Amino acid sequence: MRNTGSALAGGLMVLAVMALAGCSSENSGASKRSVSVWHWMTDRQPAFEELANKYEAQTGVKVNFELYAPSDAYSQKVRAAAQGMNLPDIFGVLGEKRDFSSFIKAGHILDLTSSMDANNASWRRSFFEKALAVDEFAPENSYGIQPGVYGVPIDIMTIQMLYNKDIYKQLGFDPEKPPQTFEDFVAVGAQLKKANMQGLVSGWGEVWMIDCFANNYAFNIMGKDKVLATIRGEVPYNDPEWVKVFGLFQQMQEKGVLATGLVTMVNKTAEQLFANGKALFAFNGSWCVNVYKGMNPGLNYAAILPPKASDNFPIAIWGGAGSSFMVNARSAQKDEAVKFLQWFTAQDQQAFLSVATNNLPANKECLSQIPPILAQFAKSMDYATHPNVWGISESPAVIETLDKGLQSIMIGEMTPEKLADEVQKVKARELAKQKR
Amino acid sequence: MRLRDTLENYLFVLPAVAIFTIFYILPFIWVFQFSFFDWDGISPAKVFIGFDNFKEILFQDPSWWRSMVNVSWITFIALTFQNALAFMLALACDREMKMKNFYRVIFFIPPVLSEMVVGMVWSFIISDVSGANIINRFLISIGLGQFAHNWLSDPNTALTTVAVIHSWKGFGWGFLLFLAGLQTIPRELYEAARVDGANAWEQFKNITIPLMIPVATMVVILTILGTMQSFVLIRGLVGGEFAGHTSVPVLRILASMQGSSRFGYACSQGITFGVLLVTISFIQNKVSQKVRQA
Amino acid sequence: MTTKIKTGAYYKTKNITLNVLIHLFLISVAVTCIYPFLWMFMSSFKTSESIFRDIALFPSHFHFENYVQAIRDGDFGRYFLNSLMYTVFVVMGIVIISSMAAYAFSRFQFPGKNAIFYVFLAAMMIPIPGSFVALYVLLNKLHLRDTPIGYILCMINVGLSTSIFMLKTFFDKMPKELEDAARIDGCSKLGIWWHVALPLSKPVLAVVVVFNALNVWNEYILALIIFDSPKYMPLQVALEKFRGEYFTNYPVLMAALTITALPIIILYILMQKHIIKGITQGAVVG
Repeated sequence: MRNTGSALAGGLMVLAVMALAGCSSENSGASKRSVSVWHWMTDRQPAFEELANKYEAQTGVKVNFELYAPSDAYSQKVRAAAQGMNLPDIFGVLGEKRDFSSFIKAGHILDLTSSMDANNASWRRSFFEKALAVDEFAPENSYGIQPGVYGVPIDIMTIQMLYNKDIYKQLGFDPEKPPQTFEDFVAVGAQLKKANMQGLVSGWGEVWMIDCFANNYAFNIMGKDKVLATIRGEVPYNDPEWVKVFGLFQQMQEKGVLATGLVTMVNKTAEQLFANGKALFAFNGSWCVNVYKGMNPGLNYAAILPPKASDNFPIAIWGGAGSSFMVNARSAQKDEAVKFLQWFTAQDQQAFLSVATNNLPANKECLSQIPPILAQFAKSMDYATHPNVWGISESPAVIETLDKGLQSIMIGEMTPEKLADEVQKVKARELAKQKR
Repeated sequence: MRLRDTLENYLFVLPAVAIFTIFYILPFIWVFQFSFFDWDGISPAKVFIGFDNFKEILFQDPSWWRSMVNVSWITFIALTFQNALAFMLALACDREMKMKNFYRVIFFIPPVLSEMVVGMVWSFIISDVSGANIINRFLISIGLGQFAHNWLSDPNTALTTVAVIHSWKGFGWGFLLFLAGLQTIPRELYEAARVDGANAWEQFKNITIPLMIPVATMVVILTILGTMQSFVLIRGLVGGEFAGHTSVPVLRILASMQGSSRFGYACSQGITFGVLLVTISFIQNKVSQKVRQA
Repeated sequence: MTTKIKTGAYYKTKNITLNVLIHLFLISVAVTCIYPFLWMFMSSFKTSESIFRDIALFPSHFHFENYVQAIRDGDFGRYFLNSLMYTVFVVMGIVIISSMAAYAFSRFQFPGKNAIFYVFLAAMMIPIPGSFVALYVLLNKLHLRDTPIGYILCMINVGLSTSIFMLKTFFDKMPKELEDAARIDGCSKLGIWWHVALPLSKPVLAVVVVFNALNVWNEYILALIIFDSPKYMPLQVALEKFRGEYFTNYPVLMAALTITALPIIILYILMQKHIIKGITQGAVVG
């Protein structure tokens, strides 16, 4: 009796295995007129699907938006698919320009320059220059890529400082007059201490945001050229002006204008705190509009440029393309994909996306159609820059040392001078490696 | 006949070996080869650099060794605090008592919760940054205010706090294994000992402990292996590496792979880590053998 | 003559103080275990705005619609079934394959036995970063990518080493008398394994089942990378969709998490009886 039992079990297993194997379908052999898109933007899936339906109604081409979240899982999936030569028709490359260039060199990404420049460059000209620049490779770029446009921005974003008008007023300041200089900014620390309030919140547990802040002030104190020269190795990191930049972090920490535990914060936590009125300042990107709206529609806040620390050069902010889509160069549907992207980034669709998801449009022709707080962000595009447009990337080891060091400064474990020396040491080592 | 016998024996392990070879050995070789290259994981260009990656890990990467120290601390807390707790709870539950089932279920809830939830909830409970800091409020309210502290945002206490929370999440497994082990000790031995006049402590010392050693060894190995590879919880509680204070090897490997796009280096870090773990297990095994012989 | 081996309690404490202390100990640990789960559960009834502002455990109003939204938006039906299917098949596969192998390692002799076993052990300890990419490429070559069977095989592998280790440890400790008796009765090796070894190892098997079930149930990154088609995705992948890139609807997420945690808790409740019952049919010649 036992034996029949085990035989039955065995038979069931065999059947099951066969059934499962049979379930294996050929990977979505895209039918003649369908385009597959992989993305990571959870909040926008409904909006994307609506646009996809509209497009299908208009042209009969089916567009499938597949969401894979969160973004670092998405990134791994794309890389794995690249290795397996299995990329979809449209996808995004998350990461730095270096990674972008690697994908291009591996032949995964379609060169869109000709489509951009067709019809008197009508597609190219519809975008904010700075947005497109993120997806573009300039002549004589250091990545060895043939100059051209390889991606399409679908929104822009800037990273700026925000302040809570109500709290500011509570502390005795004029809510319409935010701090104009860095000294003013850190001076607020004294009031914060007295009122036992939290100051600046930001996702500085994630080092890239620290990098952004430091970089903004580097541009402000020494100017873009000197910063790029440092990356090229022509100026050392222990130059006094760099020490000055690092010193700003020390100042912020000493004057008490930073929130407690800032260095452990992920951006989501920072957003929660600011949205719930628990912090006066926030350093965040324009995507926060959507977040704050969802958490606290009544929040009274405004966006400002980071208060300048020097009058020598203008303060910079990071801005440019928020998210971009690229076309798979090996796809059988690449022409359809390009056509879809052209429709997708046209004025009306961009306006729709912007309103639906509270993000800034990449298409500059629809500015009049977007909500005012977004317009505040968009206005600062003139000050925007982005590592992806500098034509040169700093080595990751240096970036890591620098950002970790700034974290250490903020918890009082390092001095600006010491950090400068450390970063320079790592920089020298990396430069030597490159010469190898 | 002998041949047939041996073949039958092989058949028992064949499915396991087959699956293992395809799904572990092959990827392992693939990854192993890349630890000798300088590659970002995407571009067609792969530069063979021999042992340079390994040299860098061993001699030029203080952050790697710091992460090893950190993870060793977490593991130490797990081996002592977590497993002691698990064992005591197992002992306490291995008896006739009401609420037995209730406790057995409750203690297993922490392992069941996903690490994301654990990170979020504990952040809320003890973090003064993003949460209500309930523990501090509680301490203040019962007059122990001087113990109130910024557990997670103070670099000095962050790692230990993470270790304790990690133990909270993990003790359920040790509890389960210890309980299973205790359950398989024949009661007759205790009866016989009692008849012989041994008291509870002597029964414990002479029966329970020796018979639990194999299970304890297994728990120790599993604890070490599990804890050394943890990282999701740390991300949930302090966002990441906290300027190196809560850095652990897996986070370092992920940083190399995704953050700085050094796939080859990440592979060599993984191999180094694996070798270290194997060495630790080997030493631990030898030690427990000596203990058993004693 | 066979004697029943009693299991269960091995001593009853007569000392009342000790009893009370023990209970206090148990209860305090239990409270720390329940509180986070309770928080998650209660939060699922709150609103987005109040979830972090409002420290009280119990929400002022119970928003049951969070659960409706979780099920609807998460398309839970399909993903739930997927997760169920994967968990069942992987666990069944691991139980059979690893118990056979562990039994062989424990009881049989064959050339290379120790070497193979140590390789399995070593695998437990050497994590492979980037293994997802390697598995992706591998499955691709085998034409098993984006198929349930491919995922199931990968997940079986994930749990093999540890399960074999746990089972072999147990088999080593198990007294051989019953197996000898069965062999004398003419039982084949497979028969002994199925009729004698497996039933005796129920407590450890229960642990193996729960351990692997938990791993498979909570797994998402491999699934996300291997599967392209949404129809194969497991529950955890769907959960991540509740965590927006920039904005998370926490209460709905908590509802989804609660729904996700329940099956495993139920499985555990069912399995733990076996751990309690333990060995009841062992026989020792007196």
